[in-house]
Amino acid sequence: MPNSAKGTLYRGRQGMWSWVAHRITGIAIFFFLLVHVLDTAVVRVSPEAYNAVISAYQNPIMGLGEAGLVAAIVYHAFNGLRIILIDFWKNGAKNQKAMLWGVLVLWVVVMVPFLIRHLSIVFGGH
Amino acid sequence: MATPLKAQIAVPRSSDKTVAGVKYNRSGRKRNNFEMYAWLYMRVSGVILLVLIFGHLFVNLMAGDGVHAIDFGFVGGKWANPFWQVWDLVMLWLAMLHGTNGVRTVIDDYAERDRTRIWLKALLYLGSAFAILVGTLVIFTFDPCPAGADPELLASFCPAP
Repeated sequence: MPNSAKGTLYRGRQGMWSWVAHRITGIAIFFFLLVHVLDTAVVRVSPEAYNAVISAYQNPIMGLGEAGLVAAIVYHAFNGLRIILIDFWKNGAKNQKAMLWGVLVLWVVVMVPFLIRHLSIVFGGH
Repeated sequence: MATPLKAQIAVPRSSDKTVAGVKYNRSGRKRNNFEMYAWLYMRVSGVILLVLIFGHLFVNLMAGDGVHAIDFGFVGGKWANPFWQVWDLVMLWLAMLHGTNGVRTVIDDYAERDRTRIWLKALLYLGSAFAILVGTLVIFTFDPCPAGADPELLASFCPAP
């Protein structure tokens, strides 16, 4: 039995919670993707219909939703790279916890400029 | 008393339905590497999707006027270029298959009743096939300058009516 206080790769602590977050963000992104394919398909109906649908994405509440979506995508992307390293790099499993901190640092580094730009567009009254 | 020279040891095989009195729900027919290829696909497509989706988000949400710039003319301008048609087509297929396989794994993990699992997966595969088909058709049959449309709403390259 491994020392459970430290957690294992997938059981307990960071290894497990990063996996839970990977599943939740993955499912959320998938359902958005289904909706997004259908809303984009409205370009085949008429310019007016597409503009009406897409204007729903341009109000401030949806703007916050887009921020949440991008936050989920960026986490899923970087944690996905961490999973690949765990599977293919020989020291991957040993360094999984350190790599999770790397994922979170990268997440902040990408999200800060994105949020400044996106929220100033959404709330900036263009 | 005669002692057998060799003890009879039944070596468990992966195709056994019963091992040491415990029944396993194994299918003896499936002799392919589907799950290994699905696992590998998640990693390969994941890396490609990281590049495609980050590019998509940057161009559509951060460049120019961000989400406010998106309208029919914006999409027309992008899909008039084969580069963005291919970009979006590859992104659509890779992302839909990646997401479908991910949700399939989640259904297999949590839906314990056979019937529940079959129905959830049927719904998943039907929805995914529909989205892939519709998305692909839209990218290839899209007309950025539809006849009779308000020219104000179209891309700047559309000929004046």
